[in-house]
Amino acid sequence: MRRALFAAFAGCVLLAACEREERETRSLPAEAERQATVTLSELHPGSEPPQVAQASAYEQNAYHLSQGKQLFKWYNCNGCHANGGGDIGPALMDAKWIYGSEPQNIYATIVEGRPNGMPSFRGKIPDYQVWELVAYVRSLSGQGPPAARSGREDALQAKPAEQQMEQITPKNSALPPSTVGTQ
Amino acid sequence: MKRLLLCGLPVLVLPLSVAGCSGIQSALDPAGSQARSILDLFWLITWVCAGVYAAVVLALIIGLVRARRTAEPPNGPLALDPGTERRAGWTVGTAIVLTVAVLFVFTIASFLTDRGIASLGARDDALEIQVTGNQWWWEVLYIGSDPSRNFYTANEIYIPVGRPVRITLKSNDVIHSLWVPNLNGKQDLIPGRENNLHFVADRPGTYRGQCAEFCGLQHARMALTVTAVAPDEFQSWWDAQLKSAPEPMDERTRRGKQIFLSGPCVMCHAINGTTAQGRTAPDLTHVASRATLAAGTLPNTRGHLAGWIVDPQQIKPGNHMTMNLLPPDDLQALLDYLEMLK
Repeated sequence: MRRALFAAFAGCVLLAACEREERETRSLPAEAERQATVTLSELHPGSEPPQVAQASAYEQNAYHLSQGKQLFKWYNCNGCHANGGGDIGPALMDAKWIYGSEPQNIYATIVEGRPNGMPSFRGKIPDYQVWELVAYVRSLSGQGPPAARSGREDALQAKPAEQQMEQITPKNSALPPSTVGTQ
Repeated sequence: MKRLLLCGLPVLVLPLSVAGCSGIQSALDPAGSQARSILDLFWLITWVCAGVYAAVVLALIIGLVRARRTAEPPNGPLALDPGTERRAGWTVGTAIVLTVAVLFVFTIASFLTDRGIASLGARDDALEIQVTGNQWWWEVLYIGSDPSRNFYTANEIYIPVGRPVRITLKSNDVIHSLWVPNLNGKQDLIPGRENNLHFVADRPGTYRGQCAEFCGLQHARMALTVTAVAPDEFQSWWDAQLKSAPEPMDERTRRGKQIFLSGPCVMCHAINGTTAQGRTAPDLTHVASRATLAAGTLPNTRGHLAGWIVDPQQIKPGNHMTMNLLPPDDLQALLDYLEMLK
């Protein structure tokens, strides 16, 4: 009897771990499609802007992370940022974050665009895919929980898999490069 | 006798039921020489194996009936009788020789079938097509005499009757397999390498193909059609496919085009003659001329197209088309524009 109970308990524990693998192909109700309000200024009243609950759900799910990785190529992010090491666009796998490393910062960067080359994807990429991209971009420098990250590359290995990335502590740079005259 | 009849009945009924297997996706209704030689091999093996099966069952029945008739042997049940020993030796020997002979015939026949199928592709006038597998649709690139005559389409292959077609198979993600049973056997599409498959249709018609290698969530909804038409009709189809998309003439279709080019559609799809040049999703330059949507999932009608644009994840969960919650007016304008792309 005790053994059966233990087996049932172990089964439940194992099942709980399946959240990582859950595939939400149609996760968003219509109202979630609304564009989130995004502030461009670094000045904001009171304390830090609130954390977006959605973002951490995306970072804990292997399906969303791998979708983000695929979209990174399909939407030609790698055209400028290469495989995360940077090219004509800045590197995404280092400690330097010009516009902030928090999920909502990266969301704003993708949706609003940034000076000196980053285009705005507002209206072009649906909200949930932006969050998938945010989760993937953060995983490139080891931000967020490592459990759900990809353990290997699909194609030729250009960099270590995201799961092997040590977390790099972000050094948020306060000023965009345009204001100090460098590019 | 009655029992024999009962045993023989399935053998008689089977070919009759198989005769019902003709249609647009059937290996038993060949429309090309490759499929026909595969079918010949199939019938050879089926009939020989059926014969072997019947012989074995017959021998078993004879053995059972005779064992009941014979009385107890005079020297006890386990005594050796030289006559029986000799006959048993002959029987086993014959069975071994027959087995080897049948396997030999099968091997030679399948080798010759393979050779016959492969030799067809060596012809110089073969039409060149490149098919790339994607989760979960087929990209088709026609390769013309010069690059200006190349064009892309999706989930639909047109071929001229009587002319061999050489298909180069590639994959962008996982292993798929192209199988059009009426025309030829299966061939895998493998990421990072090229495979070849040859078709030649000897009568006009539409044949259905299907992905034959499990490739993920929507493997079952990854179909395509191969349409064989007369050579001059094929030529005019090719010329029509080469044309760019028509310019919208009225306010509504102009609005539709604007929605296409400013919304998420433009990120993945291509329409020749516009700035939309995405290659991660099917080319839509002549989408209205196709018979199906979403790789054979839906018939191509206005209502299905609308449903597909708004909520593709309901129809084909897991596919890579995003949900697009457009306001009704915008959706109707977009549909008007897409229906123009004949």
